[in-house]
Amino acid sequence: MYEFVSGPLVWIAFIVFIGGSLYRIYNMLSSSKKEKVVFPHMSLKHSVASLIHWTIPFNNQYMRQRPIFTIISFAFHICLIIAPIFLLAHVILWDESWNMSWLTIPDAVTDGMTIMVIIGCIFFLYRRLTDPVVQNVTDSSDYLLLAITALPFITGFIAYHQLFAYKAILIIHILAGEIMLIAIPFTRLSHMLFFVFTRAYFGSEQGHVKNSKDW
Amino acid sequence: MKPTIVKRDLVVDTALDQCAAKLTPEQIEKVVNEVIDNETGGRLQTYVNTCIHCGLCAEACQWYLSHDKDVSYAPVTKVKDTIWVLLEKKGKVDGAFIKRCSEIAHTECNVCRRCGMYCPFGIDIAYMMLVVRRICAKLEMVPLYLQDTVHSHAATMNQMWVKPDEWIDTLQWQEEEGQGYVPSARLPLEKEGAEIMYSVIGPEPKFLAQLLGNITVIMKVAGLDWTMPATAGWDNSNMAMYSGDFEIMARVERLHHETAQRLKVKKIVMGECGHAFRGAEYDGPTWMGWMKPPIPIVHAISFYYDLIKSGRIKIAKKAEGPITVQDPCNVVRNAGLGTQLRYIMNAVCEEFVDVTPNGRHNYCCNAGGGVINVGPPWKKKRVQGNRVKAEQMKRTGAHTIVTPCHNCHSGIEDIVDYYKLGMHVKFFSDILIEAMEIPEHLKPKEE
Repeated sequence: MYEFVSGPLVWIAFIVFIGGSLYRIYNMLSSSKKEKVVFPHMSLKHSVASLIHWTIPFNNQYMRQRPIFTIISFAFHICLIIAPIFLLAHVILWDESWNMSWLTIPDAVTDGMTIMVIIGCIFFLYRRLTDPVVQNVTDSSDYLLLAITALPFITGFIAYHQLFAYKAILIIHILAGEIMLIAIPFTRLSHMLFFVFTRAYFGSEQGHVKNSKDW
Repeated sequence: MKPTIVKRDLVVDTALDQCAAKLTPEQIEKVVNEVIDNETGGRLQTYVNTCIHCGLCAEACQWYLSHDKDVSYAPVTKVKDTIWVLLEKKGKVDGAFIKRCSEIAHTECNVCRRCGMYCPFGIDIAYMMLVVRRICAKLEMVPLYLQDTVHSHAATMNQMWVKPDEWIDTLQWQEEEGQGYVPSARLPLEKEGAEIMYSVIGPEPKFLAQLLGNITVIMKVAGLDWTMPATAGWDNSNMAMYSGDFEIMARVERLHHETAQRLKVKKIVMGECGHAFRGAEYDGPTWMGWMKPPIPIVHAISFYYDLIKSGRIKIAKKAEGPITVQDPCNVVRNAGLGTQLRYIMNAVCEEFVDVTPNGRHNYCCNAGGGVINVGPPWKKKRVQGNRVKAEQMKRTGAHTIVTPCHNCHSGIEDIVDYYKLGMHVKFFSDILIEAMEIPEHLKPKEE
């Protein structure tokens, strides 16, 4: 079982993730051409300006109005991306299979980052359950996406600390990671891919076309 | 997903009620898919697929805030209750659903784009509401009064059923009114080759004619070479843009621009109206594939800014007491004229008090986006839907609110009235005409 999830399934997961992502982006760009306004409205300068104002915490008025949400959501997203890529155990796997390695972050730090991701998931779950606006637009898919996101980190945390059933948890952890990779291009987790484009378009429309700003 | 709990007072709108009863499922399905397939593309799909249902857009909306955070008014709910279902069911919905779509998109959303600015992904919810309006318009599901103004555009090429002779007559009357201030002032009609064509919205000749008198005086004092058309094409307003009838919108915008071209002017200066600027500068040209207007469009705010800054108009006596301003969405958030607006306000007011939030973050007046044009049946809801505006205005302690936009003007007047704010609502030109210096040689001679 371990051989399967850490061998062929990894291949499948990465191929689907990368191939699927490229396909989704290609598809978005080609179907956006149908509307004659989209590409002529784009401007690199205003796209970058919008991204700078929305990817740096507290760099726009709305983020300053919601400090707790801003801190948690930024910490969550940063940890979510950084921790798996620079985790020592993951880099060792790449090294063993492909003989390639890169910078790693000390385990104590990635451990903290993992906890941050889990805290983030709990916070988002809490909002889904209690904020009436969010509640009203929540269905099972939203909980599923949250579970897909949380599971690799929860199992990773258990596996790292070898709390119980190490072998089984490790297999579930790998599986959970693969499910998440596969899910990214084909669910609303695709905001990871599309965020840059929607932001760039709105920034361009506000800045380039409408001579205003979007932050 | 559970249905949204919607509590509304019953509103009778003859057009919506009667048309909804006549809709057939086949007709709805055909129109919905036609619009989605032929008129939208990757943008709509990406917006819908990227939305992570976080609800952060809610705090942006004055409807939501004014109704004590009633979920059914949150922008994301408006999307959920319209476009999500239309896409998911591929148009297989009934007449009652389309009626609710029209109520949401035409009477509960001002397409002011504030929520787009509050979405972390920059999802343009107003655009999606315009897609919904488009579908409704193609199904003839447009509120009665709004549809009537669209008919007026289509039949007379102006919003208010103003007849050609009434138009010219009103201009000549207001020329005389202007001559009360400056005897040599003229309102030149059909002057080919003038530098400026001045255009206004239908309601100006209909019931705000003094604004035409104001501009006659201002143009003379500033010494500008200007003209107005004597033919259709003088009206720069466009309610078809808001009903979703983009074919008529395009006819109106095209005639407006072509009239300016016929008069061979260098630029069009338009009166104090936000949506007219949006239509002439953006919606019209993009729908027609021009992308940019053929002749530059100058909004009144920029026009007065240039006149005051360059010293062509000098201020003799600033308006007294605290005066505040309403930033019109379509020329501030969506055209970046907020700084110029503050410059001219400070120039003519002794004590200009700014609003909070201000500039592009300001709340919509709730009348824009065609919402005031859906008429009396929906007025109570519109005014109750902007309590935050009343509170915001009250906080300024001003005696007068300047609204450089017709929709804002009427909307704010209704709010002042309903919430008993006891404030005056004026156009910028009303303040300017009293504050500006009329050079000695232009003044009326004492008998």
